[in-house]
Amino acid sequence: MLDMSIAEALAALAAKKISAVELTDAHISAVEALNPRLNAFITITADQARAQARAADAARAVGNAPALSGIPIAMKDLFCTEGVRTTAGSKILEPFIPPYESTVSARLKAAGAVMLGKANLDEFAMGSSNITSAYGAVENPWQRDDGAKLVPGGSSGGSAAAVAARMAMGATGTDTGGSIRQPASFTGIAGIKPTYGRCSRFGIVAFASSLDQAGPMARTVEDCAILLGAMSGFDERDSTSADRPVPDFRAACARGVQGLRIGIPREYRVDGMAPEIETLWQSGIDWLKRAGAEIIDVSLPHTKYGLPVYYIVAPAEASSNLARYDGVRFGARVDGADLIDLYERTRAAGFGAEVKRRIMIGTYVLSAGYYDAYYLRAQKVRALMLRDFNEAFATVDAILTPTAPSAAFAIGEKMDDPVTMYLNDVFTVPSNLAGVPAMSVPAGLDARGLPLGLQVIGRHFDEETVFAVSATLERAAGFTAMPAVRAGASS
Amino acid sequence: MSLDPATVRRIAKLARIRLADDEVPRLEGELNAILGYVEQLSEVNVDGVQPLSGGAQMAMRLREDAVTDGNYPDKILANAPDRIGNFFAVPKVVE
Amino acid sequence: MSYTIDGTTGPWELVIGLEVHAQVISKSKLFSGAATDFGSEPNTQVSFVDAGFPGMLPVINRECVAQAVRTGLGLNAQINLVSRFDRKNYFYADLPQGYQISQYEHPIVGMGTIDIELESGETRSIGITRLHLEQDAGKSMHDQHASKSLIDLNRSGVALMEIVSEPDMRTPEEAGAYIRKLRTILRYLGTCDGNMDEGSMRADVNVSVRKAGEAFRTRCEIKNVNSIRFVMQAIEAEARRQVEIWESGGEVTQETRLFDPARGETRSMRSKEDAHDYRYFPEPDLLPLVLDEAWVATLKTELPELPDAKRARLMQDYGISRYESAIFVMEQVTADFFETVATGRDAKQVANWMLGDFFAALNRTGRSIENSPVSAADLGALLDLIKDGTINGKIAKEVLELMVETGEAPGAIVEARGLRQVTDTGAIDAAIDQVIAANPDKLAEYKSGKDKLFGFFVGQVMKAMAGKGNPALVNEALKQKIGAPAA
Repeated sequence: MLDMSIAEALAALAAKKISAVELTDAHISAVEALNPRLNAFITITADQARAQARAADAARAVGNAPALSGIPIAMKDLFCTEGVRTTAGSKILEPFIPPYESTVSARLKAAGAVMLGKANLDEFAMGSSNITSAYGAVENPWQRDDGAKLVPGGSSGGSAAAVAARMAMGATGTDTGGSIRQPASFTGIAGIKPTYGRCSRFGIVAFASSLDQAGPMARTVEDCAILLGAMSGFDERDSTSADRPVPDFRAACARGVQGLRIGIPREYRVDGMAPEIETLWQSGIDWLKRAGAEIIDVSLPHTKYGLPVYYIVAPAEASSNLARYDGVRFGARVDGADLIDLYERTRAAGFGAEVKRRIMIGTYVLSAGYYDAYYLRAQKVRALMLRDFNEAFATVDAILTPTAPSAAFAIGEKMDDPVTMYLNDVFTVPSNLAGVPAMSVPAGLDARGLPLGLQVIGRHFDEETVFAVSATLERAAGFTAMPAVRAGASS
Repeated sequence: MSLDPATVRRIAKLARIRLADDEVPRLEGELNAILGYVEQLSEVNVDGVQPLSGGAQMAMRLREDAVTDGNYPDKILANAPDRIGNFFAVPKVVE
Repeated sequence: MSYTIDGTTGPWELVIGLEVHAQVISKSKLFSGAATDFGSEPNTQVSFVDAGFPGMLPVINRECVAQAVRTGLGLNAQINLVSRFDRKNYFYADLPQGYQISQYEHPIVGMGTIDIELESGETRSIGITRLHLEQDAGKSMHDQHASKSLIDLNRSGVALMEIVSEPDMRTPEEAGAYIRKLRTILRYLGTCDGNMDEGSMRADVNVSVRKAGEAFRTRCEIKNVNSIRFVMQAIEAEARRQVEIWESGGEVTQETRLFDPARGETRSMRSKEDAHDYRYFPEPDLLPLVLDEAWVATLKTELPELPDAKRARLMQDYGISRYESAIFVMEQVTADFFETVATGRDAKQVANWMLGDFFAALNRTGRSIENSPVSAADLGALLDLIKDGTINGKIAKEVLELMVETGEAPGAIVEARGLRQVTDTGAIDAAIDQVIAANPDKLAEYKSGKDKLFGFFVGQVMKAMAGKGNPALVNEALKQKIGAPAA
């Protein structure tokens, strides 16, 4: 039951072969068994999950089962959930119980999804390895030949690990610079960052407002399509939410790529990329060609500036977004002699090193005398990157690239300096900066048995083509490998 | 451009983050590494380019003027670390 | 422009610019659906957005935008069809988000002007630099508890228009006239109630001093002054302080100060010491504000008649003086009241009555036109009773007092108290005879040429008739009886 896809489980539930309570209980058992090791969840909501599952069965019994009725999922702990502690992976929100629900989690709830708990993440979603969480690192359920403990990627590392290890059928993630796609790639699952504006940001703890997007993570492309259908749609409470109809993403998965033009950006062949990633990319090209797509070389000339732009824009916005964590209205407080003392102690104690670093950089690049040189210039280069994509999409329907420059690394590796860690996001950041949708699909294993993903980037609001291409890659890749640590595995 | 310890302290002050003395040199190094890395943007020709400030390319929607929210002081104050009556409380501020 | 401050080194000129924060009249807040009413229980008019909770996002209120546009149009200012919001970052207990959403680089309204009129009758045109929309902060109360400040966020997120003037003013009087005029315009437009007591209009005052002909010197900003009188006092106190500094060889440093009305002086604001670097950047939770030109045009056609136009029209249509008209147009309700009474009547007489006895009576009873016990119709009816001879002017003043006191209609008062004037010549003659009989010596003096005693006899006769005699008939009858005065 734990290896079923969401699509399969929905069919089994509809055919009354299984009940939502059985499905949820199986997953709760999996969480209880594996979470002590993997630390994928910060908060487990087993009782509520069982209640939701019972309600799902009751609804189905009277023929009123919405789209995700009875499907157990993990909620990234960045989505505010009414009455359920929401930490954003930070000590500063350790006592915070939101009196409101995020739009995305509310939509999933309304669609009948069962929330198993709140998934671990890098603190305030700042990280690519899940080691910055104040609630401990998450372990990747995949194992390397040397037995080292691997990171699941980040920031949606808890979500990725939970889905890969069969603790949840799907999960929500958020993606500011690759935080859905990179952990998906590291854990052998699928994940899509939709177009900026597709999913409401209302109730999601903000990291960088102009880049943050929520999206689904699941073991198949189709499952992501099913989840995204429930998560997305116009929300009048988010001024950046797009007032457009939600297409049938699931149907798009079956479209195929016959006649589609697929762009291969030459700038994504970066120095030091692992040869197996190069090889996998070529396989992807061949699979799509064979499926009837036309392959076209394209140029995204400002790609290499994506990371430097990102590491100005995201910290700048974050430095402002995180100003509200001041110990006055909610969250942790450290008392002080006066108000300023209280602020400084609260924030020094409440934020971890990476968050402080980014707040400091963001504060600096916005400060008097530096704004033009850093922030303004970065936003101009960002405009050039959007132009690059628009020009490429004038001749191609989608773009194929690797998701990350490497497979999952071990906890402790690449951690000597922040810039090396930032390089993880080199392929994912450009689509956040341009606001276009992008998906990671598990496509193969590296020489040490670790999963690798390919990334499909589409036009603004054309997730359907992204799903069509991704599903084609998925079918061709026939990725069936499973992580060593997973529920139901014998070891 | 590179940061000196005094600037690190000034930025921390602006950001309202208390730094221990031994954190300053470490942050100075890390921040300078990041600033050094983003320095490459200076090689891009951005003459005449309009900055892209938002993620969405559309005009802003305006909502109608109606009272649709508020009137739940208990919820507003439920998470308060300190309160007196229905006020949030902080150490006395001298203006 | 004769106003200067005389220091030991000679006269100093003042340079004054004002930033007025005017609370926008709207039902709900600028970026949330919480209510805006003044004086509610603490933290009741607060949404999660206003309290800066995690994940909360701003959505702009159309009416607040319309109010800013109306105000811009009323200030003859340029309306920017594309504007943008920025974040102004600083930490303060009553600023929940840690930033204020404001408009920094691209305000919704650009250059405009306000014409002000001074005591001397001189008019001056004061430039408006810009008007932008922003959110108000909450309220900190520092004097309610021994060791703590209390925070109420009811005001947090209410829309403000910040209206910035050019440094065009040179005297405290001009600054006062500017705020008064701005307040009048805002109230006409219905965009701000102008109530400085409740903080719905507050001024930040920029003051510097210089010698005639010099470039500008360093200015100081006096924050949050909440009455026109205090604005004028603060300017003078701050200018004197600066003159003293310059003259003692010092240097004025640019800073934010507070005015202490009790001491009549300004002092440095400690809590703002460190807050100069606001790190403005475009608000990523909002999109550019793009106005439809046709919508702006519609708002323009819907604007009410504004004070300057109304004053000109009242002078033209009713033949009243510039001074009278200026007083009437200060408040729209006053002008409306005047027009209602003056229509179909002697406008000059209406103006005299309103500016004289009527306003005096309102003042005395602590009322204003808004809550006047006397309606325009009743005041008109009173004047009609004079005109048709039912009462004389003197009695009318008494009737007006009674109207203000009781709120009754003038006709009812006249009837109930028997105040109708006496036109019966028999009664008048009898009263005259009685007065003559009682004053033989005065009559002799009059007859011997002391003409001014005629007035004495008029007075005595009116007194004998309890004021109700028709003055013209009394005059006429007296002339017949004792002869007309020679002059």
